Amino acid sequence: MAEDVAIIGIGIHPFGRHDSTGMEQGAHAAREALRDAGCEWSDVQYAFGGSSAAGNADTMVSTLGLTGLPFINVANGCATGGSSLISAYNALNAGAADIVMAIGFDKHPKGAFDPDPASFGLGRWYGDTGLMLTTQFFGMKIQRYMHQYGISPSTLAKVAVKNFENGSKNPNAWRRKPMTEEEVLNSLMLSNPLTQYMFCSPGEGGVALVLARGEVAKKFTKKPVYLRSAVLRSRPFGSFEVFNSWLSPDRGDSPSVGAAAAAFKMAGMGPDDIDIAQLQDTESGAEIMHMAETGFCKDGEQEDMLQSGETRLDGRLPINTDGGCLANGEPIGASGLRQVYESALQLRGDAGDHQVPKKIRTAFTHVYGAPGISACTVLSN
Amino acid sequence: MTTQVPVVSELFTWPADEPQLIGTFFPESGVTVFPQAKACPRTASQNGERVLLPRRGTLWSWTIQGFLPKSPPYAGPETPATFKPYGVGYIQLGDQVIVESRLTTSDPDVLKIGMEMELVIIPFNKDADGNEIVTYAFAPVKK
Repeated sequence: MAEDVAIIGIGIHPFGRHDSTGMEQGAHAAREALRDAGCEWSDVQYAFGGSSAAGNADTMVSTLGLTGLPFINVANGCATGGSSLISAYNALNAGAADIVMAIGFDKHPKGAFDPDPASFGLGRWYGDTGLMLTTQFFGMKIQRYMHQYGISPSTLAKVAVKNFENGSKNPNAWRRKPMTEEEVLNSLMLSNPLTQYMFCSPGEGGVALVLARGEVAKKFTKKPVYLRSAVLRSRPFGSFEVFNSWLSPDRGDSPSVGAAAAAFKMAGMGPDDIDIAQLQDTESGAEIMHMAETGFCKDGEQEDMLQSGETRLDGRLPINTDGGCLANGEPIGASGLRQVYESALQLRGDAGDHQVPKKIRTAFTHVYGAPGISACTVLSN
Repeated sequence: MTTQVPVVSELFTWPADEPQLIGTFFPESGVTVFPQAKACPRTASQNGERVLLPRRGTLWSWTIQGFLPKSPPYAGPETPATFKPYGVGYIQLGDQVIVESRLTTSDPDVLKIGMEMELVIIPFNKDADGNEIVTYAFAPVKK
């Protein structure tokens, strides 16, 4: 059943800082995806889309065309893009449509996010007293992980160096300048042990995907990329998440563990079958921990993998081949779809300067965010 | 004399010579949460009991807030010119619960996972009436 869903068109608005609105960037991505698929907006029978801070996605029918199609707005925090994709996948599998679009875009002001405690079920005191910062969570999660599994600051920096290098080869990335390990380590300490260049920044961008049922896909493209699975999970008891005023000493898995395992199971594949991976790199430590949480290595093995370059473009398992969130920034609504866009681009062999040199057949994507949600996909030719 | 008022009531016992954080214990699951909550996140039981948490524990993880947080939600008195980084950590209180807290030190050379920590009440800001708003923090136990 899973081989029935194909990505037939991909579109992106470059990530970074722009004069246009987030919505305009989303509409641009939608037009690009239609052009890539060789179809018209009027061919699209269902759409799912969302942003966190740039408006209701369905508003863009005024610029794409008032065709009367069902367009559902999706708002699911950092998994908004992933949730749109899963909704599209389910709509196709349910037979509700033959051609569906998933759109994600966003535009955030400069600087760290400033969420409202009440929207996360927390008392006002939590924000008042300076605990309501995602950056603190990331610092404390990797701090303990480094202590437990022997990850070095050099390895943290190498994640950023790798992702900025990949970004420098990607014309749609925001940060195009490669950086040295020393520059990363010596940049401003924002939340110990994480420095400024180990963190991604809130930014702007848009991505759209045109998906179709398998038999329909072949009419549109010679290079369909199949979505083998798409899974979303919320947090189980004992996970360690952003904005937790308490944790249980009875520790449990992160939602990424469950989402990845379910995505692999649904696709009938395992981590060893995957050729490239896009893993949420909100900061360097996140990419390292997510490598283990998604099953690509055991806790602690990342130290050798990063030091020996295994996850670089020319390595055994290239990770964040487009530069990840570190080089692309984090427009919340768009990030999950950016990972799928990049996977499809690589699988088609169309990634240009940042195309991985080895022959690839499969790809994996993983997004993670507040308040403890993860979405994973497995893709293949 | 300045009156000290807690940032919110029922977060910790106050006024008190030996203040304690206040949580909820759910006997059916053995889960303790902080601050108080109506339902157990493990079993959804609503049979919770107000519980005073141990004043001492060990540092489970830590970081240092290196930049002035945005206001809102932050309600501290600092400006970019007066801001000083502050420590934030998780403190494990026995096998009961791990609580998140500000720390009294922001020195990365002092903070070590596993070190002994103790609850203190610290001034945080002043309210419109000139009262001192206090909140909880954990300090390294002096040897």
